[in-house]
Amino acid sequence: MHTTDSKPLVRALYDDDDVVLGAVKELRAQGVAVKEVYSPFPIHGLDKAMGLKETRIAMAAFMYGLLGLTTIVTITYFQMIVDWPMNIGGKPNATWGWNMPAFVPVLFELTVFFTAHLMVWTFFVLNGLYPGRAPQNPDPRTTDDKFMIEVEDGDHVVDLLKKTGAIEITHA
Amino acid sequence: MFVLPRNVKFLAYALVLAGAVGLAIGFTQDPVVEAGHDAHGSAAVADHHNDHAAVADEHGDHAGAGHADTAVAHAEEAPADTAVHAAASGDHHGPSESHEAEAAHGDAHAAHGGAEMHDAHHVDQSGNRPWSALLVNSIFFLSLGIGATFFLAIQYAAQVGWSAGLTRVFEAVSLWVIVPLLVILFIAIAGVYHVHGVWHWMHEGIMDVNSPNYDEIIAGKAGYLNGPFFIARLVAYIVIWFGGAYLLRKNSLAEDALPKGQNLWKKQRSLSAVFLVLYAVTSSTSAWDIVMSIDAHWYSTLFGWYTFAGMFVTSIVVLNLIVIYLRLGGHLPWINDNHQHDLGKFMFAFSIFWTYLWFSQYMLIWYANIPEEVTYYMARFGEYKPYLITMVVLNFLVPFLLLVSRDAKRILGFISLASFFVLVGHWMDHYIMIMPGSVGMGYGFGAAEIGGFLFFSGLFILVVGRNLGAAPLKQHNHPMLKESELFHQ
Repeated sequence: MHTTDSKPLVRALYDDDDVVLGAVKELRAQGVAVKEVYSPFPIHGLDKAMGLKETRIAMAAFMYGLLGLTTIVTITYFQMIVDWPMNIGGKPNATWGWNMPAFVPVLFELTVFFTAHLMVWTFFVLNGLYPGRAPQNPDPRTTDDKFMIEVEDGDHVVDLLKKTGAIEITHA
Repeated sequence: MFVLPRNVKFLAYALVLAGAVGLAIGFTQDPVVEAGHDAHGSAAVADHHNDHAAVADEHGDHAGAGHADTAVAHAEEAPADTAVHAAASGDHHGPSESHEAEAAHGDAHAAHGGAEMHDAHHVDQSGNRPWSALLVNSIFFLSLGIGATFFLAIQYAAQVGWSAGLTRVFEAVSLWVIVPLLVILFIAIAGVYHVHGVWHWMHEGIMDVNSPNYDEIIAGKAGYLNGPFFIARLVAYIVIWFGGAYLLRKNSLAEDALPKGQNLWKKQRSLSAVFLVLYAVTSSTSAWDIVMSIDAHWYSTLFGWYTFAGMFVTSIVVLNLIVIYLRLGGHLPWINDNHQHDLGKFMFAFSIFWTYLWFSQYMLIWYANIPEEVTYYMARFGEYKPYLITMVVLNFLVPFLLLVSRDAKRILGFISLASFFVLVGHWMDHYIMIMPGSVGMGYGFGAAEIGGFLFFSGLFILVVGRNLGAAPLKQHNHPMLKESELFHQ
């Protein structure tokens, strides 16, 4: 983000996702720091090309799943076994284990519910996505059919950007 | 060209030999001695006999309604200590039914006396042991072949790109399907001629009103469950399944011989589509025929899919192992972790799919608690309970926890470990599907079971090794080959 970075930024506009991917690889190979890429859609392989850290959302998801499972086990145990045992269809309700098959659908549901919802909220929070936030995108055309690479300024950066196929270069 | 290494070949021959010896020992053991050994348990418990006795009795004095009597047969078993069971008998003794149940109870006891006289029948069931063991292993190894054929057909029908470099491996395994099919045909013919009684409905005189073995319920299914039609269906499976595998392989080899740039891809697609439609039907019917009809009184609408899911995941596991073996030997340089990851995903996903179907079948029956349905889980949650629980853990929890992370699916050691557990689990699953109905309490893990497994594994290595070596491991003209080589994620 240019607001927190002391070095000036250069923004290059592209009109093809394959060209962008190639450009990012080329720029990084030449030692240029690629700060951000704006694209109207996810570009396959771009995160690797940019050298982004691998996401830890998968581990978070597993934990959320465990949390959901624990929650619903507690709920079913308290409600159906301890607090208000009910005889439904003659099924044994003396222990949680005996009645477990009847709980499996809801065990599954809440595990998935917790995983899915908490993952989405985690994503929103980590990325600072909330209603009313000022747009961070420097150029609205990158929400339509153009792509933008944001790099740190330096020697020959502009030449290099031109060489990789940029159609428009601006200094931020 | 791939050549099966000499030591692997030697191992395979040794397995076949050891397996054949094991099977021979299993088949020559004196069934009467075994029957004596089982007599403590099996006399009263194997539910066939009880059902049998009850129905025969009913026929004898033309008394009770058919339904009450079948119910009673199960109520009589109630002392067996299972959860399902306890629940089931609780239902039967509900207030509205108690009188009827009591009355019928006495009836069933009388019938029980009759059951003791079916001594010939007992020998029959313990004599089933080696045949059942052979059937368990045939079905298990059948799953490897038919699963691979199905998977191969899916690749063409869905125009899959990533797997184009692996089709030769799928083909090699799919052609194996003929061996276990022929063994099953042999077991079925032996059953039709009353050499053994693995399939309850094949017992002598079971559909003959004048026979002491007469079973009204099974006689009612004679239109579908009869010898000639059964054999005809098995032959149809052989023709359709092996035919599909054979034609896909034939076209694939013919494609190699074409000039560069030409292919038979469209033809393969149409062929696969036709095969998949036929397999959609035959996968269910074959499961009913070969496995479900062992417990001929019982039926489940989910059974076909449940069996299919187990077979498919077993096959994917073995494909994973073969691909790992070939990669480690350097035979598949165009295959990398990305392809392995996808195969691992299939293994992970279909382990869960199998669990879903297994549990769906179980839970509906457990919840509805209808006597004629819960019988199936009586033995399985009684005598077979430790195996059943182990099997579910191996088939669900182990692959789920081992393979849930992305990285694990790209590490050969993790996939191999999970594969090992899942294979053991699905062997046990097939065991639990077949044994309770065919040998009841007289089950075990002896010469026949282990021998059958070794025999088939040896044959499998030899046949698949030969198929792998019969053609280059990479198709020349497959249009998706480039996509497969560039595949990454």
